[in-house]
Amino acid sequence: MMSNNNKKGDLLLTIENIKIDGFSDERWHKIIKGINLTLNRGEILGLIGESGAGKSTLGKAAMGYTQPGCKIISGKVIFDGTDLAKLNEYEKRKIWGTKISYVAQSAAASFNPAHRLMEQTISAGNRMKLDTSENLKKDAIELYRSLQLPEPENIGSRYPHQVSGGQLQRVMTAMAMSPRPELIIFDEPTTALDVTTQVEVLSAMRKIVDQFNTAAIYITHDLAVVAQMADRIKVLRYGEEVEEAETREMLSNPKEDYTKSLWSVRSLIKPEETSDNMMLSIRNIDAAYGSSKVLHNVSIDIPKGKTVAIVGESGSGKSTTARVVTGLLPQLKGNIIFDGEKLPPKLENRTREQLRRIQIIFQMPDTAMNPRQTVDEIIGRPLEFYHGIKGKERENKVIELLKMIELDESFLDRLPSELSGGQKQRICIARALAANPDLIICDEVTSALDQIVQEGILKLLQKLQKDLGVTYIFITHDIATVKAISDEIVVMYQGEVVEQGLKSKILNPPYPDYTELLLSSVPEMDPDWLTNLLNKRSL
Amino acid sequence: MPGDFATEILGQSATKSAVKALRAELGLDKPPVTRYFEWLGNVFQGDFGSSFSGRSKVQGDQGDRSREVVGLIIPRLKNTLFLTGVCALFAIPLSLILGISSALYRNSYYDRSATGFSLVTVSSPEFFTAYIFILLLATLFPVFPTISNVDENTTLIERFYRTALPVFTLTLVTLGHMMRMTRSAIINILSSEYIEMAKLSGASRYEVVVKHALPNAWAPIAQVIAINLAYMLIGSVVVEYVFNYQGIGRLMVGSVYNRDLPVVQACALIFASTYVILNLIADLIGIISNPRLLYPK
Repeated sequence: MMSNNNKKGDLLLTIENIKIDGFSDERWHKIIKGINLTLNRGEILGLIGESGAGKSTLGKAAMGYTQPGCKIISGKVIFDGTDLAKLNEYEKRKIWGTKISYVAQSAAASFNPAHRLMEQTISAGNRMKLDTSENLKKDAIELYRSLQLPEPENIGSRYPHQVSGGQLQRVMTAMAMSPRPELIIFDEPTTALDVTTQVEVLSAMRKIVDQFNTAAIYITHDLAVVAQMADRIKVLRYGEEVEEAETREMLSNPKEDYTKSLWSVRSLIKPEETSDNMMLSIRNIDAAYGSSKVLHNVSIDIPKGKTVAIVGESGSGKSTTARVVTGLLPQLKGNIIFDGEKLPPKLENRTREQLRRIQIIFQMPDTAMNPRQTVDEIIGRPLEFYHGIKGKERENKVIELLKMIELDESFLDRLPSELSGGQKQRICIARALAANPDLIICDEVTSALDQIVQEGILKLLQKLQKDLGVTYIFITHDIATVKAISDEIVVMYQGEVVEQGLKSKILNPPYPDYTELLLSSVPEMDPDWLTNLLNKRSL
Repeated sequence: MPGDFATEILGQSATKSAVKALRAELGLDKPPVTRYFEWLGNVFQGDFGSSFSGRSKVQGDQGDRSREVVGLIIPRLKNTLFLTGVCALFAIPLSLILGISSALYRNSYYDRSATGFSLVTVSSPEFFTAYIFILLLATLFPVFPTISNVDENTTLIERFYRTALPVFTLTLVTLGHMMRMTRSAIINILSSEYIEMAKLSGASRYEVVVKHALPNAWAPIAQVIAINLAYMLIGSVVVEYVFNYQGIGRLMVGSVYNRDLPVVQACALIFASTYVILNLIADLIGIISNPRLLYPK
């Protein structure tokens, strides 16, 4: 095994004025426009910014790697005295995986489905003959153990699809650590995980990086997460550096407006209100996919003109509840009472009027729109279908809806592929509004969007509620969003309702166990949060 | 097919009563549904019936000259299987090697010429390829015979020699498809995230393609191999005709010409079941090569 003789604090990596271009739409675009970066041994640098800021590209460039279709135009990447940008493929491969290793965002997609985990964990060490296969395996088992993976002796013999996402992410950390690299690039390693799993993975990663005194670059769009991991934070936007500072300094005293705006979504807070007039009452619902039952005796009340947030980790039955309400998945037992009348469980038995009054907005705007229809057709269709509005009147109405979602008539002829993520979601909102519904179900509508875009969408939804009086069911796993938009909160866990009530009641103690776990797992903008939390939990 | 065996064999000048008598003898006067179920019932018992030509009661005293379809087909089927088997031995490894290597050196001159060449061979009809081979290797440079006539007494070496040109033709016709599909199956996988991950962990080009991409590409590759094996067997109809090779394809063409339906039906059944069986095998390979299907959660 390689030993890390070098002292903490020595300079390990310097990136000098690096420029990277990417090829798309038949021309070269500037992705990174000249960034400097230094990293000392044993130090963790956080790179943060929204998508398209170039943080991932910069992270990979720190290894001397660019994705197909990208190239380093100028600048130096000096790692341990060698300029990686000047090395050829063969020389770089000797460094990749052994001296610098990489932890990717989606562990599920980044493990080869055809090979067992152990084989992949020790592949880099085997390739460079760092040690015998036996010793590498023994070491990997120790790494699994210190990353708190279940059954560390046996987990290596499984295939990637046989372990959970959080476990896979830790196995990938073990894989990155196995050859004892000097630098690890973490590329959004916890973005795809539930909050409760995220805490475990974060603490495991931080512990192991500390243990071997490895330097790391931690890439994320979540400030609260980077605050737990990084010694220093660099904020990127449009391929340029916005600012860089020590973590505590950055959190307490951000200088640039852009950095401040990254915080803003967390400061969006809605005063709670309630109403005794129920829009929708879900009574003792059971539902199942085939033979596996996913909802157990779920009862939820949704007051008129208010927002009820349903929170819980993935698999808790949030989206299934939405499917039952919309009639996509008929319940096995129980009733749904909508504005005083009982809804037929099956979609085909509901009247057009009942269908019109309940609309849904989906998580992925990309897949929720027909890619061959223009914005005009997408929004105009429910107008015709529900209201029979045609011709000139329809066009005026579509433009009116576009104004409502803060877009204009220049969007009429565009296809979904010509819109940004936030614009697409706005079109989906307009499509739901076109039906003039009483209840809109928002299924993770902001989770695929950047923080700033998220804020815009949430503000829009709040404004629409104020103007039109629509009721929202807001399904999310993000507590910050819940704080921003909800009046009432329903906590779900494994297909059951754990708790339900006003926001102030749910978000303040005393909590049931699961709510406590869920709320305490949400990272806070305090660099000591994770340490404190772990201390508290281990007590 | 217009006409039946009776009108075909007795010619245009036959009297209506003669045609009727022959039809009655062969059972062609029964309703089609009855005939179909009789045939199906017999097939399940392994009886494919007798060929229409060479019947038992021809001119009384010459004895039984009936020809069982099974007896007629088996030696021909063996010949065809031999031809297909030799082709498969050439074409499959060759197309895998070419496909993997052109994926490995994607967009190089090697890749471009290999894919370009394979496009030409795939697009040329078999008879054309066959005649080119005859022109080159039998007429201009007489290395191999143009007629691939074999019988039970032909030695193995001799068989290889005589079937060389049909084997070359079939190999060339199927090679391109398999090679291109192998290449694209691998290239498709090369854009997945785990391939980038493998590169970033220092895997070489060869390792990325052979160790990381290929194991995940077996299912589509097996599919295309199955289709091409079936194609070799069935495509042999043309090649056997060109080279006058005594295989099942030639038998079928001859029987269609005579409207000898029991033989045509049996051949069609063999071809159809080949497709089904080969696809089944390909599906099994797809399952075995995919741990997600082999080891459920």
